[in-house]
Amino acid sequence: MIITLTHYLLVSAGLFSIGIYIVLSKQNSIQVLIGVEMMLNAAILNLVAFGKFDKVNNAGQTFALFAIVLAAASTAVALAIVLNVYRRHQTIDPGKINQLKD
Amino acid sequence: MVTIMFYLMAVIALGSALYVAGSSNLVRSVFMFFITLFALAGLYVLSLADFVAVTQVVVYVGGILVLILFAFMLSGRENLEGAKQEQNRLLSVSKLPAILLAVAFFIVLTNIFLKARPDDGGWIRQAIAEQNVMTPKNISINSLGVNLMTNYLLPFEAISILLLMALVGSAHLSRKEDTA
Repeated sequence: MIITLTHYLLVSAGLFSIGIYIVLSKQNSIQVLIGVEMMLNAAILNLVAFGKFDKVNNAGQTFALFAIVLAAASTAVALAIVLNVYRRHQTIDPGKINQLKD
Repeated sequence: MVTIMFYLMAVIALGSALYVAGSSNLVRSVFMFFITLFALAGLYVLSLADFVAVTQVVVYVGGILVLILFAFMLSGRENLEGAKQEQNRLLSVSKLPAILLAVAFFIVLTNIFLKARPDDGGWIRQAIAEQNVMTPKNISINSLGVNLMTNYLLPFEAISILLLMALVGSAHLSRKEDTA
Protein backbone atom coordinates (compact mmCIF):
# COMPACT_ATOMS: atom_id res chain seq x y z
CA MET A 1 0.00 0.00 0.00
CA ILE A 2 1.37 3.34 -1.03
CA ILE A 3 1.39 6.33 1.28
CA THR A 4 -0.97 8.99 -0.03
CA LEU A 5 -1.77 12.53 0.94
CA THR A 6 -4.74 11.38 3.04
CA HIS A 7 -2.46 9.49 5.42
CA TYR A 8 -0.50 12.63 6.19
CA LEU A 9 -3.70 14.60 6.64
CA LEU A 10 -5.07 12.04 9.08
CA VAL A 11 -1.89 12.09 11.18
CA SER A 12 -2.03 15.86 11.30
CA ALA A 13 -5.72 15.75 12.28
CA GLY A 14 -4.79 13.53 15.21
CA LEU A 15 -1.97 15.81 16.30
CA PHE A 16 -4.23 18.86 16.03
CA SER A 17 -6.91 17.25 18.20
CA ILE A 18 -4.38 16.23 20.84
CA GLY A 19 -3.04 19.79 20.80
CA ILE A 20 -6.53 21.18 21.36
CA TYR A 21 -7.02 18.81 24.27
CA ILE A 22 -3.73 19.92 25.84
CA VAL A 23 -4.56 23.61 25.41
CA LEU A 24 -7.97 23.23 27.00
CA SER A 25 -7.21 20.90 29.87
CA LYS A 26 -3.78 21.76 31.28
CA GLN A 27 -3.36 24.03 34.28
CA ASN A 28 0.12 25.23 33.50
CA SER A 29 0.66 27.89 30.89
CA ILE A 30 3.87 26.27 29.66
CA GLN A 31 1.96 23.10 28.89
CA VAL A 32 -0.66 25.18 27.12
CA LEU A 33 2.21 26.55 25.04
CA ILE A 34 3.29 22.99 24.21
CA GLY A 35 -0.23 22.30 22.97
CA VAL A 36 -0.10 25.35 20.73
CA GLU A 37 3.22 24.16 19.33
CA MET A 38 1.70 20.77 18.62
CA MET A 39 -1.16 22.35 16.67
CA LEU A 40 1.36 24.45 14.73
CA ASN A 41 3.28 21.30 13.90
CA ALA A 42 0.13 19.65 12.59
CA ALA A 43 -0.33 22.61 10.24
CA ILE A 44 3.30 22.43 9.13
CA LEU A 45 2.90 18.73 8.39
CA ASN A 46 0.02 19.58 6.06
CA LEU A 47 2.07 22.25 4.32
CA VAL A 48 4.95 19.85 3.77
CA ALA A 49 2.71 17.02 2.58
CA PHE A 50 1.07 19.25 -0.03
CA GLY A 51 4.40 20.79 -0.92
CA LYS A 52 5.47 17.48 -2.42
CA PHE A 53 3.26 18.28 -5.41
CA ASP A 54 4.98 21.58 -6.19
CA LYS A 55 8.43 20.87 -7.49
CA VAL A 56 8.91 24.14 -9.37
CA ASN A 57 7.78 26.75 -6.86
CA ASN A 58 8.36 24.93 -3.54
CA ALA A 59 5.51 26.92 -2.02
CA GLY A 60 4.60 24.38 0.64
CA GLN A 61 8.13 23.86 1.92
CA THR A 62 8.93 27.57 1.90
CA PHE A 63 5.88 28.44 3.95
CA ALA A 64 6.59 25.53 6.26
CA LEU A 65 9.98 27.15 6.93
CA PHE A 66 8.30 30.51 7.55
CA ALA A 67 5.82 28.87 9.93
CA ILE A 68 8.65 27.24 11.90
CA VAL A 69 10.43 30.58 12.26
CA LEU A 70 7.21 32.33 13.31
CA ALA A 71 6.57 29.63 15.90
CA ALA A 72 10.05 30.13 17.32
CA ALA A 73 9.59 33.89 17.59
CA SER A 74 6.17 33.60 19.22
CA THR A 75 7.46 31.03 21.70
CA ALA A 76 10.28 33.31 22.80
CA VAL A 77 7.86 36.16 23.47
CA ALA A 78 5.32 33.89 25.17
CA LEU A 79 7.93 32.45 27.52
CA ALA A 80 9.13 35.94 28.45
CA ILE A 81 5.52 36.83 29.29
CA VAL A 82 5.14 33.64 31.32
CA LEU A 83 8.23 34.46 33.37
CA ASN A 84 6.95 37.99 33.99
CA VAL A 85 3.56 36.68 35.08
CA TYR A 86 5.26 34.25 37.44
CA ARG A 87 7.29 37.06 38.96
CA ARG A 88 4.14 39.08 39.69
CA HIS A 89 1.59 36.44 40.65
CA GLN A 90 3.79 33.54 41.84
CA THR A 91 1.71 31.20 39.71
CA ILE A 92 1.41 30.33 36.03
CA ASP A 93 -1.99 28.67 36.20
CA PRO A 94 -4.01 30.48 33.52
CA GLY A 95 -7.19 29.90 35.54
CA LYS A 96 -5.88 31.83 38.53
CA ILE A 97 -4.52 34.88 36.77
CA ASN A 98 -7.54 37.13 36.60
CA GLN A 99 -6.35 40.71 36.60
CA LEU A 100 -4.65 42.85 34.03
CA LYS A 101 -3.40 45.72 36.18
CA ASP A 102 -0.72 45.53 38.87
CA MET B 1 9.80 -0.02 3.35
CA VAL B 2 8.65 3.58 3.11
CA THR B 3 5.21 2.45 4.22
CA ILE B 4 6.61 0.76 7.30
CA MET B 5 8.68 3.85 8.12
CA PHE B 6 5.65 6.08 7.70
CA TYR B 7 3.51 4.02 10.05
CA LEU B 8 6.34 3.77 12.57
CA MET B 9 6.85 7.54 12.59
CA ALA B 10 3.12 8.24 12.73
CA VAL B 11 2.62 5.85 15.64
CA ILE B 12 5.58 7.32 17.52
CA ALA B 13 4.38 10.89 16.93
CA LEU B 14 0.79 10.25 17.94
CA GLY B 15 1.73 8.01 20.87
CA SER B 16 4.17 10.45 22.39
CA ALA B 17 1.68 13.28 21.80
CA LEU B 18 -0.90 11.28 23.73
CA TYR B 19 1.64 10.74 26.49
CA VAL B 20 2.23 14.50 26.64
CA ALA B 21 -1.52 14.97 26.97
CA GLY B 22 -1.97 12.34 29.63
CA SER B 23 1.10 12.37 31.84
CA SER B 24 1.20 14.05 35.20
CA ASN B 25 4.96 14.53 35.29
CA LEU B 26 5.66 17.87 33.63
CA VAL B 27 9.34 17.39 32.84
CA ARG B 28 8.71 13.97 31.40
CA SER B 29 5.97 15.38 29.19
CA VAL B 30 8.38 17.99 27.85
CA PHE B 31 10.84 15.27 26.92
CA MET B 32 8.09 13.26 25.25
CA PHE B 33 7.25 16.35 23.22
CA PHE B 34 10.90 16.19 22.12
CA ILE B 35 10.20 12.73 20.68
CA THR B 36 7.05 13.97 18.96
CA LEU B 37 9.08 16.64 17.20
CA PHE B 38 11.73 14.14 16.11
CA ALA B 39 9.10 11.79 14.70
CA LEU B 40 7.53 14.71 12.84
CA ALA B 41 10.93 15.54 11.36
CA GLY B 42 11.03 11.94 10.14
CA LEU B 43 7.63 12.39 8.53
CA TYR B 44 8.92 15.48 6.77
CA VAL B 45 11.82 13.48 5.38
CA LEU B 46 9.40 10.84 4.13
CA SER B 47 7.47 13.63 2.43
CA LEU B 48 10.71 14.62 0.62
CA ALA B 49 11.21 17.85 2.54
CA ASP B 50 14.63 17.17 4.01
CA PHE B 51 15.58 20.81 4.52
CA VAL B 52 12.39 21.48 6.45
CA ALA B 53 13.15 18.42 8.57
CA VAL B 54 16.64 19.68 9.42
CA THR B 55 15.22 23.11 10.24
CA GLN B 56 12.64 21.46 12.46
CA VAL B 57 15.34 19.64 14.39
CA VAL B 58 17.56 22.71 14.71
CA VAL B 59 14.89 25.27 15.55
CA TYR B 60 12.35 23.25 17.52
CA VAL B 61 14.48 20.67 19.27
CA GLY B 62 17.53 22.86 19.67
CA GLY B 63 15.83 26.18 20.33
CA ILE B 64 12.27 25.99 21.52
CA LEU B 65 12.58 22.98 23.77
CA VAL B 66 15.60 24.40 25.54
CA LEU B 67 13.63 27.61 26.04
CA ILE B 68 10.68 25.67 27.44
CA LEU B 69 12.93 23.74 29.83
CA PHE B 70 14.49 27.02 30.98
CA ALA B 71 11.06 28.50 31.60
CA PHE B 72 10.10 25.41 33.60
CA MET B 73 13.13 25.72 35.82
CA LEU B 74 12.85 29.49 36.22
CA SER B 75 9.17 29.45 37.07
CA GLY B 76 9.71 27.81 40.40
CA ARG B 77 9.73 24.38 41.87
CA GLU B 78 6.46 24.67 43.74
CA ASN B 79 4.30 24.54 40.65
CA LEU B 80 6.14 21.45 39.49
CA GLU B 81 5.34 19.73 42.75
CA GLY B 82 1.86 21.20 42.99
CA ALA B 83 0.98 19.85 39.61
CA LYS B 84 2.32 16.48 40.60
CA GLN B 85 -0.01 16.21 43.57
CA GLU B 86 -3.24 16.91 41.77
CA GLN B 87 -4.93 13.96 40.14
CA ASN B 88 -3.99 14.42 36.53
CA ARG B 89 -5.61 11.44 34.90
CA LEU B 90 -6.73 11.54 31.30
CA LEU B 91 -10.34 10.84 32.18
CA SER B 92 -11.87 13.02 34.85
CA VAL B 93 -15.00 15.10 34.98
CA SER B 94 -13.26 18.45 34.79
CA LYS B 95 -11.53 17.43 31.57
CA LEU B 96 -14.73 16.23 29.90
CA PRO B 97 -15.33 19.42 27.87
CA ALA B 98 -11.77 19.36 26.55
CA ILE B 99 -12.08 15.70 25.56
CA LEU B 100 -15.44 16.31 23.90
CA LEU B 101 -14.13 19.25 21.90
CA ALA B 102 -10.96 17.39 20.85
CA VAL B 103 -12.93 14.33 19.74
CA ALA B 104 -15.43 16.49 17.87
CA PHE B 105 -12.59 18.28 16.10
CA PHE B 106 -11.00 14.96 15.18
CA ILE B 107 -14.27 13.59 13.77
CA VAL B 108 -14.90 16.74 11.75
CA LEU B 109 -11.35 16.87 10.39
CA THR B 110 -11.23 13.20 9.42
CA ASN B 111 -14.63 13.50 7.77
CA ILE B 112 -13.46 16.46 5.74
CA PHE B 113 -10.19 14.80 4.77
CA LEU B 114 -11.83 11.52 3.77
CA LYS B 115 -14.59 13.19 1.80
CA ALA B 116 -12.45 15.82 0.08
CA ARG B 117 -10.25 13.10 -1.49
CA PRO B 118 -7.20 15.32 -1.88
CA ASP B 119 -5.34 12.65 -3.82
CA ASP B 120 -7.39 12.76 -6.99
CA GLY B 121 -8.71 16.24 -7.38
CA GLY B 122 -7.91 19.69 -8.65
CA TRP B 123 -4.38 20.89 -8.82
CA ILE B 124 -2.90 17.68 -7.39
CA ARG B 125 -3.96 15.74 -10.46
CA GLN B 126 -2.75 18.59 -12.65
CA ALA B 127 0.63 18.54 -10.93
CA ILE B 128 0.92 14.80 -11.46
CA ALA B 129 0.00 15.24 -15.13
CA GLU B 130 2.61 17.97 -15.55
CA GLN B 131 5.33 15.93 -13.81
CA ASN B 132 5.50 18.61 -11.13
CA VAL B 133 5.80 16.05 -8.33
CA MET B 134 8.97 15.63 -6.31
CA THR B 135 10.70 12.31 -6.63
CA PRO B 136 13.27 10.94 -4.21
CA LYS B 137 15.94 11.53 -6.86
CA ASN B 138 15.65 15.27 -7.31
CA ILE B 139 17.46 17.63 -4.96
CA SER B 140 14.97 20.06 -3.55
CA ILE B 141 17.34 22.31 -1.62
CA ASN B 142 18.65 23.88 -4.81
CA SER B 143 15.31 25.16 -6.05
CA LEU B 144 14.27 25.94 -2.48
CA GLY B 145 17.18 28.34 -2.10
CA VAL B 146 16.58 29.97 -5.46
CA ASN B 147 12.88 30.37 -4.74
CA LEU B 148 13.54 31.82 -1.31
CA MET B 149 15.68 34.54 -2.83
CA THR B 150 13.41 35.31 -5.80
CA ASN B 151 9.73 34.42 -5.47
CA TYR B 152 9.46 34.65 -1.71
CA LEU B 153 11.90 37.44 -1.00
CA LEU B 154 9.27 39.81 0.42
CA PRO B 155 7.90 37.38 3.04
CA PHE B 156 11.48 36.41 3.84
CA GLU B 157 12.41 40.01 4.63
CA ALA B 158 9.17 40.58 6.52
CA ILE B 159 9.93 37.56 8.68
CA SER B 160 13.44 38.80 9.37
CA ILE B 161 12.03 42.12 10.61
CA LEU B 162 9.46 40.26 12.72
CA LEU B 163 12.20 38.11 14.24
CA LEU B 164 14.14 41.22 15.18
CA MET B 165 11.00 42.69 16.77
CA ALA B 166 10.34 39.50 18.72
CA LEU B 167 13.95 39.44 19.91
CA VAL B 168 13.86 43.02 21.15
CA GLY B 169 10.40 42.52 22.66
CA SER B 170 11.28 39.40 24.62
CA ALA B 171 14.52 40.94 25.85
CA HIS B 172 12.55 43.97 27.01
CA LEU B 173 9.91 41.83 28.72
CA SER B 174 12.33 39.67 30.64
CA ARG B 175 14.34 42.61 31.98
CA LYS B 176 14.52 43.35 35.69
CA GLU B 177 11.83 45.70 36.96
CA ASP B 178 13.84 48.45 38.65
CA THR B 179 16.03 49.30 35.66
CA ALA B 180 13.00 50.42 33.64
